[in-house]
Amino acid sequence: MGSSSSNMDHIPDAQHLMQETGFSAAHLVRLYERFDFLDKDDRGELRLDDFEAVSELAMNPIGDRIIRAFFSPGRETVDFPSFVRILAHFRPTDTNRTRNGRNGAQPEPANSRTNKLKFAFQLYDQDRDGKISREELLQVLRAMLEMQVTEEQLQSIAERAIQEADLDLDDTISFDEFKKSLEKVDIEHKMSIRFLE
Amino acid sequence: MSDLDILCLGISITVWFTLLFVFIIMPAVLGVSFGIRSFYMRTLLKIFEWATLRMELGAKEKNQELYKPYTNGIIAKEPPSSLQQEIQELRGSANSLRSEPEFEMADIFYFCRRGVESIVDDEVTKRFSAQELKSWNLLTRSNYNFRHISLRLTVLWGLGILIRYGVLLPLRVTLAVTGICLLLVLTTLVAFLPNAESYLSEKVHLMCYRICVRALTAIITYHNRENKPKNGGICVANHTTPIDVIILANDGCYSLVGQVHGGLMGMVQRAMVKSSSHIWFERSEVKDRHLVAKRLGDHVADKTKQPILVFPEGTCINNTSVMMFKKGSFEIGCTVYPVAIKYDPRFGDAFWNSSKFGMVSYLLRMMSSWAIVCSVWYLPPMNREEGEDAVQFANRVKAAIAAQGGLVDLIWDGGLKRAKVKDVFKEEQQKLYSKVLVGDSEDQMEDKRSEDGTPEGDESSKDPAEGQ
Repeated sequence: MGSSSSNMDHIPDAQHLMQETGFSAAHLVRLYERFDFLDKDDRGELRLDDFEAVSELAMNPIGDRIIRAFFSPGRETVDFPSFVRILAHFRPTDTNRTRNGRNGAQPEPANSRTNKLKFAFQLYDQDRDGKISREELLQVLRAMLEMQVTEEQLQSIAERAIQEADLDLDDTISFDEFKKSLEKVDIEHKMSIRFLE
Repeated sequence: MSDLDILCLGISITVWFTLLFVFIIMPAVLGVSFGIRSFYMRTLLKIFEWATLRMELGAKEKNQELYKPYTNGIIAKEPPSSLQQEIQELRGSANSLRSEPEFEMADIFYFCRRGVESIVDDEVTKRFSAQELKSWNLLTRSNYNFRHISLRLTVLWGLGILIRYGVLLPLRVTLAVTGICLLLVLTTLVAFLPNAESYLSEKVHLMCYRICVRALTAIITYHNRENKPKNGGICVANHTTPIDVIILANDGCYSLVGQVHGGLMGMVQRAMVKSSSHIWFERSEVKDRHLVAKRLGDHVADKTKQPILVFPEGTCINNTSVMMFKKGSFEIGCTVYPVAIKYDPRFGDAFWNSSKFGMVSYLLRMMSSWAIVCSVWYLPPMNREEGEDAVQFANRVKAAIAAQGGLVDLIWDGGLKRAKVKDVFKEEQQKLYSKVLVGDSEDQMEDKRSEDGTPEGDESSKDPAEGQ
């Protein structure tokens, strides 16, 4: 443990991060400690094996997809600002901000409903082409069910899911179709983690 | 140096050693106590209270944060509900009219959130770092907010360092060396006397352990000594540090189980074996489970031999929880004597974080903290019941130890901190999820076939044991 005092000096660009993500100073400090803790070799950035060391994550059927979501395409490490930006998606939605920002110039916060949906969409859409193909859907289903169902059952489940959501009948699910099919789901609550004050 | 100086030096050394002998070694040999250590402990507590008070006052004046916020975690975990419940809630908001459950795109949110939650805060990795203290015990190791709050406190802290490293550490090292030397010498001597062997060897062992206990300034309270382990049984305890062995062996004689080491440890091991039976394995034999079980079984069957001491967690945990017990010792079929050990963190953190500290630096840390205060509870003996397998028995014993010591009972395997999680846990999650999708529709098909009004018992209400 040592006597390293955890204050804001360690955190690069703290003010900017706070504004961008909406985390408070106290949250950032605590998240930095967690980042530091996961960073076993004190490299200042996280690699794949640091994430894989979290055992509860290893038993999650889509654990590896979640881990990959932290890494920007082409990069093999995650620095603290990227770490926090991804986690910002999971902050509870701020109810006092209007959905689309006051003026068009203000970017949507990371934890808006749309951005939460985008995050979930990317868990399906691994090749980031903006559409969930039948094969991508099958891969997710395989990850979540693996040995528990037969290949035919998997295919029929995927078939039903595409039929329901695919409105323009191009055999893939675009982001808008995804959004529409989840209209009634309480995303704000289900994709949020309550960070303690 | 003049003659006078040499004389003074000689006298002070003699006085020092006499005091040492009279107050520490003789009581250890005879097994009596002057009560010096409990007096020491009470004084220390009073000083700590005073120091903490000063820090709080000082922090208030300067308007600073004294205690680390969120000592209990960073996120609010919802009360654990089963996978079934959560997914149904997810869906309930989407399609309440649907009769046939099937895959929903929204299902992924459940796994996604659980995954991110565990990245931010998870149960297992918390157990492998030292416990965070809420008050300060004048060791900077355990308080992160140590700043210059008042001159008096800093002086006190400096004094503490002087005392700990200048007085206590050399004293303790002397004692430890004395203890080990005595052990080596006396056990060899006892081995030459065939007659009074077991009685004498017991006395010798106890004496040496008592010296070691004083070398660490360990203040131990034993509870329920009527349940002490007897011959022909296995003593099972939670593991926090290698010092656990000394703590327990201070009060009774046990046969230890372990790997053969080289160097000093090896010498100690060989010496111990000369006068009482311990079970040391070569490195290669450790993997052979049958061999291990056989040797343990043979030892236990011999009623003249001492109880075996085993730490089924297999690794050191930070004394806030008890992790999965390896079933090996529970398969042997003899009486198990559970023991719970709880360290008082106010005086020094006893946990050995083997990935951070080597053995030597750990021992130095231990010998330079104020004291090691712990409580040992001997629990009533347990036997494996009819129809209970080794794993269930192990879990029952684990629960009893956790309950007594006030520790959290976890299902996780301590070995996880180094190895990857077994696929078994992932399969469980997949099984549960598939029941939501496919299991229910199977029920419905059976309903249609039997054309019975009463629905079959819902599989999801069986409440399967769920790994978190």
